[in-house]
Amino acid sequence: MDALLLARLQFAITTVYHFFFVPLTLGLSIMLAIMETIYVRTGDEKYKRMVKFWGKLFLINFAMGVVTGIVQEFQFGMNWSEYSRFVGDIFGAPLAIEALLAFFLESTFLGLWLFGWDKLSKRVHAFTMWMVAIGANISALWILIANSFMQEPVGYVLRNGRAEMNDFFALLTNPHVWAQFPHVFFSGITTAAMFVVGTSAFHLLRKSPDKAVWHSSFRFSMIYGLIGIVLVIMQGHTQAQHMVKNQPMKLAAAEALWDSEDPAAMSLFTWGDEKNRRDVFAIRMPALLSILAYNRPSGMVKGINDLQAEYERTYGPGDYVPPVAITYWTFRMMVGAGMVLLVLILLGILYIIKENYPKKIWFMKLLPWAIALPYIANSTGWIMAEVGRQPWIVFGLQKTVDAVSPAVSTGEVLFSLIIFTLLYGILMGADIYLLKKFAIAGTVLDKPQPDSETIPDGLGVEL
Amino acid sequence: MDLNTLWFLLIAVLFIGFFFLEGFDYGVGILLPFLGKDDNQRRQIINSIGPVWDANEVWLLTAGGAMFAAFPNWYATMFSGFYLALVLMLLALIIRGVAFEFRSKDKHPTWRATWDWCIFVGSLVPALLWGVAMGNLVRGVPIDADMHYVGGFWNLLNPYALLGGLATLTLFTFHGATFLTLKLSGDLLAKSRAFAKRLWLPSVVAIFLFVISGYWATDMFTRLGVNPGVAPVFAGIALLAAGYFIYRDRSGWTFILSGLTIVLSTITLFMGLYPRVMVSSFNDAWSLTIYNASSSPYTLTVMSWIALIFVPIVLGYTIWSYWVFRKRIHSHTELEY
Repeated sequence: MDALLLARLQFAITTVYHFFFVPLTLGLSIMLAIMETIYVRTGDEKYKRMVKFWGKLFLINFAMGVVTGIVQEFQFGMNWSEYSRFVGDIFGAPLAIEALLAFFLESTFLGLWLFGWDKLSKRVHAFTMWMVAIGANISALWILIANSFMQEPVGYVLRNGRAEMNDFFALLTNPHVWAQFPHVFFSGITTAAMFVVGTSAFHLLRKSPDKAVWHSSFRFSMIYGLIGIVLVIMQGHTQAQHMVKNQPMKLAAAEALWDSEDPAAMSLFTWGDEKNRRDVFAIRMPALLSILAYNRPSGMVKGINDLQAEYERTYGPGDYVPPVAITYWTFRMMVGAGMVLLVLILLGILYIIKENYPKKIWFMKLLPWAIALPYIANSTGWIMAEVGRQPWIVFGLQKTVDAVSPAVSTGEVLFSLIIFTLLYGILMGADIYLLKKFAIAGTVLDKPQPDSETIPDGLGVEL
Repeated sequence: MDLNTLWFLLIAVLFIGFFFLEGFDYGVGILLPFLGKDDNQRRQIINSIGPVWDANEVWLLTAGGAMFAAFPNWYATMFSGFYLALVLMLLALIIRGVAFEFRSKDKHPTWRATWDWCIFVGSLVPALLWGVAMGNLVRGVPIDADMHYVGGFWNLLNPYALLGGLATLTLFTFHGATFLTLKLSGDLLAKSRAFAKRLWLPSVVAIFLFVISGYWATDMFTRLGVNPGVAPVFAGIALLAAGYFIYRDRSGWTFILSGLTIVLSTITLFMGLYPRVMVSSFNDAWSLTIYNASSSPYTLTVMSWIALIFVPIVLGYTIWSYWVFRKRIHSHTELEY
């Protein structure tokens, strides 16, 4: 194990872990803001209970996103110092802007929201949740502007041995941003929707008290999820079409397309021999990949072998093929989870229209488990996006192998990798414990109950 | 003034804001086990910073982001060079942040005691490490001609830097105690006053030792000269005056003065650094400066405009949030954390 591999492993683990919490924050913050606005407009106490209940789960999740996010911001300098030097002139800017525009907004207004129930007017209180939602989603936009530079560098000039920004506007209008951000945004909506749908279904099945809350939450989030899943799939399609032009190697790896084809077939299942770049066993749909790429049954889609030869001519000798199996399978898991979600949500909408969803026991039993689907799609989607870009850290400009910190020893990375992984594991346990506890507990119907936590408990004294 | 100097100043301002605000947050966390004798009291203490701790921490994230954007070489050299120290800091910040949110969400005493311990350790470690880091920045660390830190972890724990750590630890704890004298009431108010009184002298001693040893460990004295200027002199005066007011139970003044001590001391440290951002102990020519570590003029210009527009907005709603939560906390206050 060398320092590079360990640093990559650490980045992968901490990033996937961080992104485990982010999409729910993105989608649920907006949902809470809408629910609270309805409460303010209608005065219906049911919506306040909904906001309080989902808000509590939101907070538990949010805390994890925040603390794991600190690691993300520091890690570029800690483990990837040569990367930071090479692209800092461009990449640092969106990160700083993210902190200034988004982190301050979401953290300050979340404090106001959480502690301000009795101190702010109803309207201002709802406004604070909108600010949290805007802050969280602006944060996603800026970090994706930064990430898009790694996927598709724009607005730079190579000078003084590094990439220097020469067009800030080009960073913002990077076509990659506007292919990627909506995809992430709507995956957040979908994640939040499934989280609420699954939990509500659980309570409806259990016949928990406060039925109105669960019915409203269920219907609301199913529609929310419909918007999310349809747009996430459409935007994913746009993204793939962009990838054909911008990162054909990633697409070729995601499709295990060894040789260029016109019209190109799409793999439904490939068991490949990565070393010799050939299929061992494959089921392929003729021309489908060309249709997906260009909206017509013909058109050349470049394969791995041709691209490798092409890149060798452009960038010099080297291996330009990303790990194909990981890219291929994570892509399929993401798309597969998305398709199952689409079916589930369409069924849910159908049952809502027919008003018979509480009677579809099998369906309601399935939904709590389906909460896992958006999480699978989110994680595998990111793994595919980042692994598929390899060996580059910044596409065409810097390789991952040249980006790692020379000042950090293998032992040091090993130490941090182990300790972060252990701590993250423990925190995941605590997080799931709390989420489960409060999700199952349901809403609080009355004002402070006699044994509420505000009463000092004598047991704490001797500790 | 050129843009490089402007960004040096802006980053100094971000660290000043961070140390001032998160300084009392750390202090409150460190005092938690000593002040809170039962669970309700501990909750009052935690809730005193409940609405603001997260936003206060964002000052650090913004400072880090600004270093990355304006001085990428500084960010790269320092963050990779101080690797293990930063790992420790991150661990502390992670357990602390989660603890605030999680501790009161379950009633089991072991659960709460564990998270309280996380708040304590998670506040103590960064309060100490920031002094160590600042001490090392001005003292100088082994940096080679290629801007790479080559010193390892133990090099950072030299006596001067450790004194710096002791100085920030005691000063932040004192600052936290004076903050609590403004936020708490009744029994807890009296106790936090007593703690502030007890903590004042140790901070004076630690800071005095840190300053004096700087004569041998750094070039601060020769750089700042016989008349070091307003900041260092008034930092000392503010700290001494804080002692005067705390013994007269003037909480407001004491807090302003403990805060002023932090602000002016941070200014002094940045004055000692300027125009360098990291001093090389091998060769002064290898030090990182605001010029050889900086981004391009174009990037600095873009970032200046963005800072100019958004910093006032951030300050505006930050002040508003402190205004909303200006009231003291009582034992019957409804507590969120």
